[in-house]
Amino acid sequence: MAMIRNKARHRLVAVSLILPFVAIFALVFAYPVVEVVRMSFTNAPLIGGGEWIGLDNYIRLFSDKLFYTSVVNNGYFVLLTVIPTTVIALGIALAVNRLSGRMQALVLVMFFTPYVLPVSVVTQIWAWMLDFQFGILQPVIEFFTGKSVPVFKNPNWVMPTVATVTIWWTNGFNVLLFLAGLRNIPTELYEAAALDGATRRQLFWRITWPLLWPVTALVLTLQLILQLKIFDQIYLLSEGGPFNSSYVLLLMVYREAFQLNHGGYAAAISLVLFLLIVVISVLQFQILRIGGKGK
Amino acid sequence: MNHQRRVENIALTCITLVAGIIWVFPLYWAFVTSIRSEDRVVSEGAGLLPDEFNISSYVDALFNTSLIDWYINSIGTSVLITLIVLVTGMMCAYALSQMEFPGRRLLYGIVLASFMVPAQALVVPQFVLMNDLGLINKWGGIILPQLVVPVVIIVYKQFFDAVPKEMKEAVVLDGGGDYTLLFRVYLPLNWGITTALGIITFIMSWNSFLWPFLVITTEDMMTIPVGITQVNDAFGVAYARIMSVALLAAAPVVIAYLIFQKKVTEAVMISSGVKG
Repeated sequence: MAMIRNKARHRLVAVSLILPFVAIFALVFAYPVVEVVRMSFTNAPLIGGGEWIGLDNYIRLFSDKLFYTSVVNNGYFVLLTVIPTTVIALGIALAVNRLSGRMQALVLVMFFTPYVLPVSVVTQIWAWMLDFQFGILQPVIEFFTGKSVPVFKNPNWVMPTVATVTIWWTNGFNVLLFLAGLRNIPTELYEAAALDGATRRQLFWRITWPLLWPVTALVLTLQLILQLKIFDQIYLLSEGGPFNSSYVLLLMVYREAFQLNHGGYAAAISLVLFLLIVVISVLQFQILRIGGKGK
Repeated sequence: MNHQRRVENIALTCITLVAGIIWVFPLYWAFVTSIRSEDRVVSEGAGLLPDEFNISSYVDALFNTSLIDWYINSIGTSVLITLIVLVTGMMCAYALSQMEFPGRRLLYGIVLASFMVPAQALVVPQFVLMNDLGLINKWGGIILPQLVVPVVIIVYKQFFDAVPKEMKEAVVLDGGGDYTLLFRVYLPLNWGITTALGIITFIMSWNSFLWPFLVITTEDMMTIPVGITQVNDAFGVAYARIMSVALLAAAPVVIAYLIFQKKVTEAVMISSGVKG
């Protein structure tokens, strides 16, 4: 009898511990997940009712030219960021790892600090540096191309520039992950290989690279997911322009929902973006796992 | 170490240092710009070195914008978010780690699965919900949707799982319940991870842009990352002032980072599972 009562009390305590999180989770996460699906089948404005219209939003979406432009731009941005940022972060981590003591701490601070800045601070600093008239980087651009370029108003330059800004801003995070990975490799392996007369190049390709592969795979996956969700930098630097050359899916969600008052349609785009992220990250995960086994 | 190796090492150190200096150059340049007068900023021959110490644009930023309001909103909402996320997270993680109750596995599964859902895909229904609750343009509206941070639960659970069973038994023999265990044993044993998770949650919420940008409609309610985008419109091309505002906006997180450097590093590594 006492044991049963004890068990009931135990459960009550457990419920009281999980309840705060579960209540918040249900309200602002689980319910919106259900709602975004339901809304995507309605013609609801952002606020208020709307009627069930079946698959109309999706039919409309798949015949919307802007949707394909956005998907292509999302893909282009992923190409411009994911692999470059991984390679750069690995290079920096290898360089920082060689240093020691205060020097290492100092250099790490230099590479990591941009990561803690708010996005709008980052975009304002770069907008100033790349200012068409007074930007300190315009002479550099002029040196290579022969003329100044209004980078955020030029369809060819806008995405690569936003990608560069993004890499500068977020790279510190990846550097830290690689550094942690490097520190987990036992030094005895290097010592043994060095005794056998291995060159630096051999040390890297035979020891560092294969043992670092799980971290590399993690960085690639995190970056892929993160960069598919690009919005802030684009909105603040180019607003999707010029001529939609930097229009991306999340910007489309924002425009449709909050400027054109098409809640249902925006929900459908959100859901497509979500599914895209899930499918691609699962696919990438599988490919990377196979890649890792091949080593 | 032979001579050639040593020269090579010094050279590599120098290259790394130069690369680091180039990497932080944008921040340096923002600072140099911010302490110049507007005329000097756009004049010919304004060089790379700080040649003026003019704080008028800082004074301007502090008194002619709503920067103070934005600070208060950012600090208030970020502190509340961090506290609530940590407390609800550690309680839930303790139950998942140390207690038996029906649906435990299911709950953990849901927490893990929620990782997959990008918060950005939920902004439309979340906005509708905040509107129904009357929280648009309120602190509550900024805070609520940012309270679900599954990684906090997952990290806490891992650390609670690793606490030796003997510590629990001693308290249970003394008649202590689960609340005593959590707040007197499990939490004190994991202060390190609590500060690490706290710092990373704080930085995340301090810097979040999209959601506050959507849910706030008036200037006095804006958080710093949203507010400072207004300064552009207000000042036109007044880069010294824009840079002063940007640096004032970034200062708290940068200072926090410099003080808690080691903790931030640790937090990044732990929360992405590279180091457990």
